[in-house]
Amino acid sequence: MTYLSKTLLLCAGLALAACSNPNRFDNATGADMNGSGMAGMAGSASDPTSPLYFQQSIGDRVLFAVDQSTLSPTAQATLDGQAQWLLTNTDYTAVIEGHADEQGTREYNLALGARRANSVQEYLVSRGIADNRLKVVSYGKERPIELCSDEACYSKNRRAVTVISVVPSS
Amino acid sequence: MMRYVLSLLTALMLWSLPANAQTGPLRIEITEGVIEPLPFAAPDFVSDSATGTEFGRRIAEVIAADLTGTGLFREIQPEAFISRVTSFSSPVQYADWKAINAQALVTGSVTVDAGGQLVVRFRLYDVFAGQELGQGLQLVGTQDGWRRIAHKVADQIYSRITGEAPYFDSRVVYVAETGPKDQRMKRLAIMDYDGANVSYLTDSASIVLAPRFSPDGSQVLYTSYESGFPRIYVLQVGTAQRRVLEQQDGTMSFAPRFAPDGRTVVYSLSRGGNTDLYRMDIGTGASTRLTSAPSIETAPSFSPDGNRVVFESDRSGSPQLYIMPAGGGEAQRISFGQGRYGTPVWSPRGDLIAFTKQSKGRFHIGVMRTDGSEERLLTASFLDEGPTWSPNGRVIMFTRETQGAQGSASLYSVDISGRNLRRVPTETGGSDPSWSPLQD
Repeated sequence: MTYLSKTLLLCAGLALAACSNPNRFDNATGADMNGSGMAGMAGSASDPTSPLYFQQSIGDRVLFAVDQSTLSPTAQATLDGQAQWLLTNTDYTAVIEGHADEQGTREYNLALGARRANSVQEYLVSRGIADNRLKVVSYGKERPIELCSDEACYSKNRRAVTVISVVPSS
Repeated sequence: MMRYVLSLLTALMLWSLPANAQTGPLRIEITEGVIEPLPFAAPDFVSDSATGTEFGRRIAEVIAADLTGTGLFREIQPEAFISRVTSFSSPVQYADWKAINAQALVTGSVTVDAGGQLVVRFRLYDVFAGQELGQGLQLVGTQDGWRRIAHKVADQIYSRITGEAPYFDSRVVYVAETGPKDQRMKRLAIMDYDGANVSYLTDSASIVLAPRFSPDGSQVLYTSYESGFPRIYVLQVGTAQRRVLEQQDGTMSFAPRFAPDGRTVVYSLSRGGNTDLYRMDIGTGASTRLTSAPSIETAPSFSPDGNRVVFESDRSGSPQLYIMPAGGGEAQRISFGQGRYGTPVWSPRGDLIAFTKQSKGRFHIGVMRTDGSEERLLTASFLDEGPTWSPNGRVIMFTRETQGAQGSASLYSVDISGRNLRRVPTETGGSDPSWSPLQD
């Protein structure tokens, strides 16, 4: 999972524009950008106010059952942590990315990813996060994080990822 | 794209006899089951110039490839020829072609006129009847457009022998794919139906999905993540100029399709996690909502008369196919088999709906009648999806994706009989094909 921190470090380093654009994906940004200088800018994983902490210690993603967008108790616990962090760290906004596994048609999966991202958004709003701090985007099956074609991978691809960004909410 | 524009200066007596007036053996009924491909000979088109000779060779090659690609025809190799065609006007030696069992013979000539245009003439012969089938035809076009001339000749031959509308002079817009599965780069690409003359309409900076031609082939609707969110765009094929159609804040839009009028677009809009179908006049941008259900409604497709829309919905609990009036209203479910149905696409002939079916861990491309009866599955694989119809409603192109970490997507085509499954050659991976109408 180290590429996640790389992504986040890069985002923190580039700030603003690059990270406000949800047209990104979990591991697409440069893998060679893991400079220690960037770590300083993003804060460290041990700093509870850092996005890195959000990602690594609280957990930036929740997983879903096949075709479902309901939140499991585990997912709700993760989102409670996310909500708490967002309530404390009010300078951050988030884009919630909904994803599907590859077992479905492209457009249906886009709609399914939208449902999943929306489930997370609604839950966070119900925990007190202003909805103007949260945007949703669906990637359908376009951005799997695990590549194999069986349930071991599918279960990790059916996800909603809360991507923290430092952009002020509009 | 416009450089392939072909000027048809002369359209001589285009096939004036009704199809059922044909007599004799030279006839393929393509609705029949397995058939023996019809043997034909297509010697190089003759020319009195070196340039013309080269085009004559290539044109004959493309004609033969078009015909054999249907699975309905078999080319007799030139090595077997007894007669040589050295002049377009010389009488045909039927006995020589009969001897090698060539049932159809195509002859042609190429001249390069003073302006550098290609003037191509051809004749089609029914060898065993000992007569010409239809009239000779002359086509004129640019040298750049030589493949289109060849496709038009092949279209004539196909139509005269099968009695069906043709489809070779057509294009396909699709998503060209490169890179690994988790970082797949996608660009809109356009090519001839046979994979030739590919060009790219977008760069790969943003994910693009599911393009669809306008009824006249001049525009393409598609979905792009250019803004960071999936939104629907319309692109002019000639200039690659594009514009966003729907950008309401807090929404996502996708799955856009033209109505037969070329002005109305039906698409999915997702708001608050709920995806419904909307209809927009692309001239004014005014949109109206067609469905209002908490379920997913997507993948719409118009009937050829524009009166109805078939779409995919999971309102019953799993994705199934429904038909509603084009202006919205009560929808009738038409899919009732085992499994999940998606991406319905109405045949240009109006008689069938092609779809993707997911059942027991496999994906299929299938067709059914518009009332849902007579379902037939044409393919099976790990992942087949997204059918598109040839302009004559006889061939379906679709996406096939292979499984695993190295999985990639390619374009395939199959006849509606389920025969003649073939991979469509593309220089990169390819997905989401949309077949154009026959070109003018």
